[in-house]
Amino acid sequence: MTDVRSSEALQPPQRTGRLSGWFVRHTSTAIAALGRIWRQPFASLMTILVIAVTLALPAAMHVVVKNARSISASWDNALDFSVYLKTNTSLEQTTRLADIISQRADIESVRLVSAEVALTEFREQSGFGEALDQLQVNPLPHTLVVRPAASNTEVSMGLLNEELGNLPEADFVQVDTEWVRRFHAILAILERAILMGATLLGIAILVIIGNTIRLEIQNRREEIEVTKLIGASNAFVRRPFLYSGFWYGLTGGLLALLLVYYGLYALADPASRLAGLYDSAFDFLALDIGESFLIIGCGVGLGLIGSWIAATRHMRRIEPR
Amino acid sequence: MIRIEDVTKLYPGGHDALRGLTLRVDTGEMVFVTGHSGAGKSTLLKLIALIERPTSGRVIVDGVNTRNITRRRIPAYRRQIGMVFQDHKLLYDRPVFDNVALPLVIAGIGHREAARKVRAALDQVSLLNKEKQFPETLSSGEQQRVGIARAIVSRPKLLIADEPTGNLDPDLSLEVMRIFRRFNEVGVTLLIASHDIALIDQLGCGRIALEKGALQIEQEEDVVSEYMERLEAEQEGGL
Repeated sequence: MTDVRSSEALQPPQRTGRLSGWFVRHTSTAIAALGRIWRQPFASLMTILVIAVTLALPAAMHVVVKNARSISASWDNALDFSVYLKTNTSLEQTTRLADIISQRADIESVRLVSAEVALTEFREQSGFGEALDQLQVNPLPHTLVVRPAASNTEVSMGLLNEELGNLPEADFVQVDTEWVRRFHAILAILERAILMGATLLGIAILVIIGNTIRLEIQNRREEIEVTKLIGASNAFVRRPFLYSGFWYGLTGGLLALLLVYYGLYALADPASRLAGLYDSAFDFLALDIGESFLIIGCGVGLGLIGSWIAATRHMRRIEPR
Repeated sequence: MIRIEDVTKLYPGGHDALRGLTLRVDTGEMVFVTGHSGAGKSTLLKLIALIERPTSGRVIVDGVNTRNITRRRIPAYRRQIGMVFQDHKLLYDRPVFDNVALPLVIAGIGHREAARKVRAALDQVSLLNKEKQFPETLSSGEQQRVGIARAIVSRPKLLIADEPTGNLDPDLSLEVMRIFRRFNEVGVTLLIASHDIALIDQLGCGRIALEKGALQIEQEEDVVSEYMERLEAEQEGGL
């Protein structure tokens, strides 16, 4: 009986058999590595948690900056000049002025906010309704909200600002450009800081995984020695540790994603309430699919690199004696 | 199969384990290396397994000068040699079957074929019924037989064993030696380091006695004369 079977074995191995053998070997190594992580739940969870937090931190910062960018993008189009007119300007004069200004090529539109409308709005929004009723006269001036054309440059905006201020009816002109520009600069700095922080944290993950793998190698030193003694190549000995790194990275990445999503979920409500207060149609941006995969990919990549470095470094020292 | 030519092995610290040793083991032979501890038995086997490299001289195994085997190619080289150790060197976190299958797993042999070979190897050491047990639950003699099964599972042409009966009582030792004998009968070359001279005499195999890293004097004469005879025989055959 055995003779029949061994004659089968003498035939050249078929390609599919070899491929599926390769697949089976890798799968079993991967499962075994997962099993080792599972059998030490506390230590493994610590490692995974550290990786997750380390990944979640820059990811969360990124989401914050991303939302800030999207808000400020809507401000870019709404760089309005509020021209407060002198209180003695009549509504008729104001209407005429609005007409004249809106004729200009460098102006997109002019909206007139009369003193009465302004007072009504203020009464509704401020909550000072009754106190305002005590006033004999309306203290608010008529206002022109001037939206410059998109074609304006920074210089022409400056000139426009000056011109509007020099109008005889104008009391003063308020522009928010400076503030927006500063905000953009801050965002740019934040973005770069996040990138730098993420790089440092990435190195930290390499160290964490490397250290975990180093401990694992130490614990399995005897096994490595024996397998090398009976002909295991470095690649063979390294493989289970690479899978360990892979699992740490993958689970860490998934947990990081979970943390970020939970954080966003917890923030979504107050954020939309804040947006409501500013009367803005603001959509809270979460992580998109690409970014989610990037986080997981970073986890897996760092896991593999960290374990590869550790395994290669420490394995070389373990030679049979 | 094995040719050791004028091999010297110096360990750091000046201790010389082998001094100008020359010997030869032919294909199909079963040869014992004897000698006191420190005579160089283990060193000789380590040189063949490429765990150590000779300080000088040549170690030729199956026609290949081991000097030409680079670090990267050592694993493939070792896979062609079966090795048995005094302390078994089993992996205690996995059952007998997995231990014996390890060389096949390393060689990348498919699961079904591996299972068949493992069972065949276990059958040869009469441990077929223990494949699911963990090594710790086995007796020392059984553990050694697991080690032997692992050494022969990929059917090597050469098997080297370092004190395989060192920890076994006489009955178990004889059992192990009988197993080796059976391999020899199917053509495996064996080189076994042992100090159990009584047992070796019982088996009636070739014997190389080492003393302080060289052949024992009286033995050397035997070996040399035998070597000369063999050379003459070869020359006559050639003519």
